[in-house]
Amino acid sequence: MANEGQAKTGVYRNALLAGLWKENPTFRVLIGMCPPLAVTTAVKPALTMGLSVIFVLVCSNIVVSMMRNLLKPHLRIIMFTLTIAAFVTICDLFLRAYTPAMSEILGAYVPLIIVNCIIIFRAEACASKSSVVVSMLDAIGMGGGFTIALCILAGIREVLASGRLAGIEVMPSGYVPCLAMQMPVGAFVTLGLLLGLANVLTRKKGA
Amino acid sequence: MDRANVLLMGFLSMVLVNNFVFTKFLGTCPYIGVSGRLDSAFGMGLAVTFVTALSGTLTWVVHFYILTPMGLEITRYICYIVIIAGAVQLVEMYVRRFFPSLYDVFGIFLPLISTNCVILGICLFIDIWGTDNILEVVVLSTGVGIGFTLAICIMAGIRESLQLADVPECLKGAPITLITAGLLAMAFMGFAGMIKA
Repeated sequence: MANEGQAKTGVYRNALLAGLWKENPTFRVLIGMCPPLAVTTAVKPALTMGLSVIFVLVCSNIVVSMMRNLLKPHLRIIMFTLTIAAFVTICDLFLRAYTPAMSEILGAYVPLIIVNCIIIFRAEACASKSSVVVSMLDAIGMGGGFTIALCILAGIREVLASGRLAGIEVMPSGYVPCLAMQMPVGAFVTLGLLLGLANVLTRKKGA
Repeated sequence: MDRANVLLMGFLSMVLVNNFVFTKFLGTCPYIGVSGRLDSAFGMGLAVTFVTALSGTLTWVVHFYILTPMGLEITRYICYIVIIAGAVQLVEMYVRRFFPSLYDVFGIFLPLISTNCVILGICLFIDIWGTDNILEVVVLSTGVGIGFTLAICIMAGIRESLQLADVPECLKGAPITLITAGLLAMAFMGFAGMIKA
């Protein structure tokens, strides 16, 4: 009994922790790359985006996991997308009602969560095969890893572009803002360098 | 004449100035994943152009003539997804039946397209811009597809040469692709002054 309990805790912990680094969607698996590039001009929108993705991912993973035995193979992708679309609508209306300014900044990128590969990927790879609890933990881990990645990227870009972090001055007063970081160029290059860094770190760990 | 001018400007703006890949970051996943070879990149681009033109127009018609008059805007994301999936399915069936050789070129890309952000992106942006003329919608959504094809083909060409370049070990693969994309985005910024919004 005790052994079984331990094995179960292990499975849960793995499900929760995999997304944070080992299978981090942005740095390791390279899926769902649009939002990391598009909404990371500042930390606040990035955080909002991350939380929205966590919400949608958790809800859709739970629902998909609950209906996993009813799914017909050839209809499953459309069922996944419809579930996701429903939750994204909820999320979009919520943001519009409570944080209209943020909703304005994020614009079309909130509805675009529907086609974010992370969510479909987790529905396919995890939720359609695992129990509700495992899928939920997996969603929290993956969403968390995604949010952390967004915030790191946004932090770097915001500090370099405006000398502020989440609206607070952090750079010395003589700092000359680097406007290119706010443009698409900054997004692509920063993410490219971060991926390189992630590669270096993994290799060190492996050796 | 004015109308033609507006349409031409809109088209150029979607292909060059507001290229979805470089300014709105849509369609970055296939951009990184697929663009390894020029011919497959071109096939992907063509398939996307086809589907954006079709689903951009269809979603606009549904939104303008069905959802808005009936006050059903709240369901629009779900409707869009169904329309896009349907359009992809339709294109797949049609191409397989009538152009088997083209089907071999598109092949695996077709089902992948339904989760391509470019397509949902254009449907949403057409909404946001508030376009109210079907001709403009057709031109804009075709322009987006062609812009995507242009971006992905340029990238594939560069990546074919990059294979011979001496890239630092840790930057091989996706990182160097992203950095190259950054430089390309900078080049495309040069078009920004061409058309006044």
